[in-house]
This record gives sequence, structure tokens and C-alpha cells, in this order.
Amino acid sequence: MSARPGFPLPVPSEDSAPFWEFLQQGELRLQRCLDCATLAHPPRLMCARCGSFERDWAPVSGRGTVYSYVVTRQAVHPSFEGHTPYATVIVELAEGPHLTSNLVDVAVDDIEIGMPVEVVLVAVSDEVTLPLFRRA
Amino acid sequence: MDTLRNRVAIAGVGETEYSRASGRSEARLSLEAILHALDDAGLKPQDVDGLMRWSVDTTSEAEIASNLGVKDLAWFGEVNQAGNVGAALVAHASAAIATGLAQCIVIYRGVNGRSGRRYGRGEVTGRRGQGAAAFTEPFGLLTPQHQLAMVARRRMHEFGTTSRQFGWVAVSEREHANRNPRATFYETPLTIDDHQNGRFIVDPFRLNDCCLETDGGGALVLVSTERARDLKKPPALVRAAAQAGPGDRGFVDTAAVSLGPRLWSQAGVAPDEIDVAQIYDHFAPYVIFALEDYGFVARGEGGPFVEAGGIRWDGGMLPVNTSGGHLSEAYLQGMNQLIECVRQVRGESTSQVADAHLSFCDTGIGTGAVILERDV
Repeated sequence: MSARPGFPLPVPSEDSAPFWEFLQQGELRLQRCLDCATLAHPPRLMCARCGSFERDWAPVSGRGTVYSYVVTRQAVHPSFEGHTPYATVIVELAEGPHLTSNLVDVAVDDIEIGMPVEVVLVAVSDEVTLPLFRRA
Repeated sequence: MDTLRNRVAIAGVGETEYSRASGRSEARLSLEAILHALDDAGLKPQDVDGLMRWSVDTTSEAEIASNLGVKDLAWFGEVNQAGNVGAALVAHASAAIATGLAQCIVIYRGVNGRSGRRYGRGEVTGRRGQGAAAFTEPFGLLTPQHQLAMVARRRMHEFGTTSRQFGWVAVSEREHANRNPRATFYETPLTIDDHQNGRFIVDPFRLNDCCLETDGGGALVLVSTERARDLKKPPALVRAAAQAGPGDRGFVDTAAVSLGPRLWSQAGVAPDEIDVAQIYDHFAPYVIFALEDYGFVARGEGGPFVEAGGIRWDGGMLPVNTSGGHLSEAYLQGMNQLIECVRQVRGESTSQVADAHLSFCDTGIGTGAVILERDV
């Protein structure tokens, strides 16, 4: 049972499963190419920069800034009735990659591009922990 | 190397009525539109040897062919992405005709976009947290409009484009729809204040920034230019056609950044030579972004351009979406815009641009585009 009714839960794939498993263990890690150290998110089959299939999962700082955001003010689907308004943000991590997420403890009208944020891991079900962000 | 340069033409166009509840199947809508388009060209179903469709269209070419009575289907195919592939299909069909792989190709789209599965609710594109959507949907980024609003917000931040400027796109297009009896918003005015007072759907998109959801069908008939000259209507020559998929682009870059230079080079014309344009307006601000990314105006100048009346039929430097577009005519995912693009070079538009010679149509902010030319 999800703590966020209406919002779909992520369905891990073979490639993305470690991302979700590390979150369950309390860590935000991103896929890293073993040959050229490029970080990729979402995870990929191969490194688009150097062509390598070899990768591991690198811990990242969890710090970044709000790169862009939208505020859903009208439920776009009946399953979201009563859950608006809510904001979705893209966070640009200090390491470069972008993560789509939500902010905790920030009113939707207070969000600004460039706002410093840091990750907070929130368990939304027995199996799923999401990387959300709060004002840093 | 030979290019497409006017070797193929769109010889027929057709559509059904546009409504909120068609009362018939998507297959039936496509078949009706195809018959209208063939009649427009002066051709018969038995002349058709090629069929092409949007991958998201629910009617297979086999179903169309068997109903239509096609004798020998020599060419068929689809282009996969979402709604944004109309002009890409024109590129594929034109290449097939230019190389003799088929003689008469019909491109069709039939959709109950309002009474059936609705794009605006994520009912067509929603993937329930699977694949790449695992990284977006759990955070409430559910529909195409969410993704597009995210880019729009960043572009507003970087280039200073405003919601009011989005509004002038909607108002300009509504003026065009008000003169078009086929349009959903025929004789239904919209003011800039109406737009600005409209509620936010996915902020920064207000109600009138969002396209319609429509039931309807549309079709195009393509043949060689030589053959088209013997048919009923003046041919709309395919001066150039191109598509673009995903690529290594910046966050705010639309695919027009990739496709534009290839299209202009293939056509041998510059943006300022285009007389009239149809631009994929799933959301009003994307008309502004397309004007910028295709090079009609510089980055940051699209907003002021539309605010100054630049895209209005009445006095604009580049009239855009002259049938009312997806915002005010119908949302047939580029099909109704391709039809309008043809009507402009034929002189048949309800907002006809005088002496329209080069008619541009984008069907996805760079995912596909064509330049049609009047035959002289």
C-alpha cells in the first residue's frame, strides 16, 4: 500500500533495479561508467559517451538546485482528485545529472528555479523508497 | 544526389467533422476521411497501393486495406513516437513514391480523442511507472503536458518568455478558428484577458494554452507530381520533408534544433521565404519555441513576435495555424495542420494568405516537418 495515493509506484527493470535497492538501503547512487566515469540517469544499457557496457553504482552527494518545476493544479486524471496542487521538480545534482522528484516541506508557490536542495529518502511502501528533496 | 525537391505531391486531402463524440469507431473515421481525400484528388480506392499511419493509431493497414478494397498493398508502415509524427510520415511516403516503391500512398489518422482514450489524462501514453517512466510518474509527471511544461518553465526562465505571450498565440489562433466553419471554436472569440484569467492546468500552462481533445479522422493522398498534375486539384508539391528523433540536445532544445538545418538545406530556402506556417500547438508556448528553434526568429524573440501580432493572418509577418490549429480547430495530431498546409498552397483556406507559395508545416516541434510549394 502506497503512502502516496494516486501516484504510481516505480516498477524496477533489470537495469534500474540497483537504483531502487540502494535507496531501500538508504543511499542515493547513480549508474557510473567504469571506463570513462560518466554518470547516467536514468540508467542505460551502455555508456552513450564511450560505448562501454561496464558500469557500477556511484554514491552521489544528494545536493543540487531546482532546475525546473511544474505545478499540477488540476487533477489530470480522476485518481488525482483531492491531491492537487502538487509540484514536480527537476533537480540538477551537484554532480550534473537531473532527477525528477518532489519537494517536501516547501509550499508550491515558494518554489524557485535555482533554489538549493538536498535529498531526503522517503519510504512510501514496504518495497519502495523515493529520493525526494528539501530546501538546503 | 537527387533530393525530394518537388518530385512528389499531395494530391488529395480529406477529413470528417470534428466533434467531442463521433458516435463511430476510429476505423470508420479513417475510412470516411480516406474516401473524402480520394474524392478530392479524383482517385478511387483501387488506385491506392500504399498506406501509412501513426503507430498510436488503432486501425491497422490491413483493416483499412480490406475495407477499402485495395488490390495490392505494395507499401505500408508506421512511425513510432506519439502524436507528433504526421510530417515524418509524409517524408517516408514521399521517399517511397520518389523511388518507385509505391504509386499512390494514403496517410490516415482516425481518433476518438475526446470520447475515447484521452491524452490529457495519460490514458494513451501513461506507462504506470514502468521503463523510463519509473523515474517520472511516481513524482506526478504523468502526461505529455507535464514533460512539456517542465521545458516551458525553464525556457521562460532562460529567455524571459511570459504567460501573456503564450496567450497571444492562443488569441491569434482563435481569430483564425473564428473564420473556419470546420473549427471547434468557430465564431467563439477569445481575448487575452480570457486567457490570463484562465485556470492553470499544469502551471505554467493555463486552460487556453492546452490543445483540444477531438474525435475525428483525416487523410492525405500522395502521388508523383507528374501524376498529380492530371488530377482534380492543384498539386501541393513536397519541396522538402524531414524527421528527427531523440538526439544529444540540451534540456531546452526542441528537435527543431536538429531538424531545422537539414530541412532548410534540403529545401534550398531560408525561413524568411516561408509565406505561411502550421506549427504543432499541443501547447501554445511551443509555437513560440518552434519559431525560435527553426530560426524564424532568434531565441527570446518569439514571445515579442507573437505579442506584436506576428502570427496573425490579419497583418502578421508569418501567419501561423491559419485553420485555428490544435488549440482552436481540432486536435488530430498534425493531420488537420497538414491538410491546412495543403489548402494554403491551393488557395482554399478560410484564412488564405495571399499568393502563398511556400507553406510550412511542423508536426511535433522538430519531430517532423514539410515545406509544400504551389505548382506554377
